[in-house]
Amino acid sequence: MKEWEGGHKVQYESELDPHFALEIASIPGGDKLFSCIQCGTCSGMCPLSHNMDFTPRQVIAMIRAGFKDEVLKSHTTWLCASCYNCTVECPREIKITDIMYAVKRIAVRKKIYPKRFPTPVLAGEFFGLVENHGRNSETWLLMRLFFRTNPLKMFKQARLGWQLWRRGRLSLKVDSIERTHELKSILKTIEKEHMIALRNNSAAGKEAHV
Amino acid sequence: MKYLYYPGCSLKSTGRAYEESMLAVFGALDIPLPELHDWNCCGATAYMAISELKAFALCARNFSLAAEQAKGDPDVSLVVPCAACYLGLNKAYRYMHEHPDLKGTIDKALQSAGLGLADGVRVRHPLDVIVNDIGLDKISSKVTSSLAGMKVACYYGCQIIRPYADFDDQQNPTTMNRIMHALGAKTLDWPLKTRCCGGSLTGTIEDVGTRLSYILLREAKLRGADVIVTACPLCQFNLECYQTTIGRMYHDRVDIPVVYFTQLMGMAMGLDAKALGLQRLISPRPVIKEAVPVQGGQHVGA
Repeated sequence: MKEWEGGHKVQYESELDPHFALEIASIPGGDKLFSCIQCGTCSGMCPLSHNMDFTPRQVIAMIRAGFKDEVLKSHTTWLCASCYNCTVECPREIKITDIMYAVKRIAVRKKIYPKRFPTPVLAGEFFGLVENHGRNSETWLLMRLFFRTNPLKMFKQARLGWQLWRRGRLSLKVDSIERTHELKSILKTIEKEHMIALRNNSAAGKEAHV
Repeated sequence: MKYLYYPGCSLKSTGRAYEESMLAVFGALDIPLPELHDWNCCGATAYMAISELKAFALCARNFSLAAEQAKGDPDVSLVVPCAACYLGLNKAYRYMHEHPDLKGTIDKALQSAGLGLADGVRVRHPLDVIVNDIGLDKISSKVTSSLAGMKVACYYGCQIIRPYADFDDQQNPTTMNRIMHALGAKTLDWPLKTRCCGGSLTGTIEDVGTRLSYILLREAKLRGADVIVTACPLCQFNLECYQTTIGRMYHDRVDIPVVYFTQLMGMAMGLDAKALGLQRLISPRPVIKEAVPVQGGQHVGA
């Protein structure tokens, strides 16, 4: 495949996953996905669509057609900054930002997101910090992100770090809540409930809505 | 009506000045704003990318704590200054009301931790509280040094008004502008007030994120703003702390002070600069134009 072909390849219907759209549509209010008229308002409103490999409108069409692999591997969802412009302006009231989140969640569960791409790494590190401490600690989050994606960036950001430190805007403390046991049992119960939901919904699976 | 303050991670570190100035302003207005005890993370954008249900459950714990701390007062509101926290908590509140099965699952999870579901706790942004509860008349009556002559660019960002326009217009929000008018400042007419600043992309994919911040800084400068006013810790961080990087990347001078709206409120109300966290700003021109003392204690000009 040539570089200028942009990585697109012809797909046969038998290679597509017809359940993918149902899976995504299982999020609250997700069935509106099927009323998309492909007008492109979302892509036009998106401040980042020119950086994406597939625009939001294309992603919606691809989800409906069952291009599961392509959508899960694409950088589009990981570039979404959650500004909700598309969601607000969509004439068919499709919650596009929430659909982007649903795609991200499936990609994370199946571990098929672009590796070493900083946004999924950030999400994972953030998740870990909150799961253990109930709170995020900004400095540690960034250090871990840089360490896992581009350690050189730590030196590049040293000046800014120093400026923030001098002004008391950088804390090296790992912040934590007091009653972590509460948090642990809340999260454990959610996990359990999710497993039950998965068992009861074998067809489409509620993977998107977790 | 009881208010409880929900800080979130940013207001305890990079956005400390937002916390300091907001508490100082509420203090000067005689409105008690105790912090929610043992609050936990709202989930923000990153957590929702892994597990939405868990993010909602985290938010629900905060609601339970708020109800507990309010000791049965049914009219309790969480005052949430950070845009991401505001949206995260607001979304959880709405989804719990719109989807009963979701509420059931969250209730079960809370019960396992010995907490009760509190679905009546409201989520409010300080902009909303100041304009709709406290009132602009009270604000202008407290002005001791008018900001007359200052041209401010009010920047709202994304998540305070999108996707839920709870207290302001989605396309053309005005609450911050009205507060600035009450302080005597002139607000800039600019169309980018709700355009995305790049969010966490400035930290992850720097060239993509900073480009969005650059567009905002450039436009504000071109239109002659003296200062950009924000209501979100991440917007403030992006617009202020990357100015040197952006200047180098685009060969353009984008030095302009970026402050929190509560800092300008405090300045106009004559509060101590240190109490407002003004010393925490990095902007190349940290000293904002002097506020003009109001004659006879009355607010003049608009």
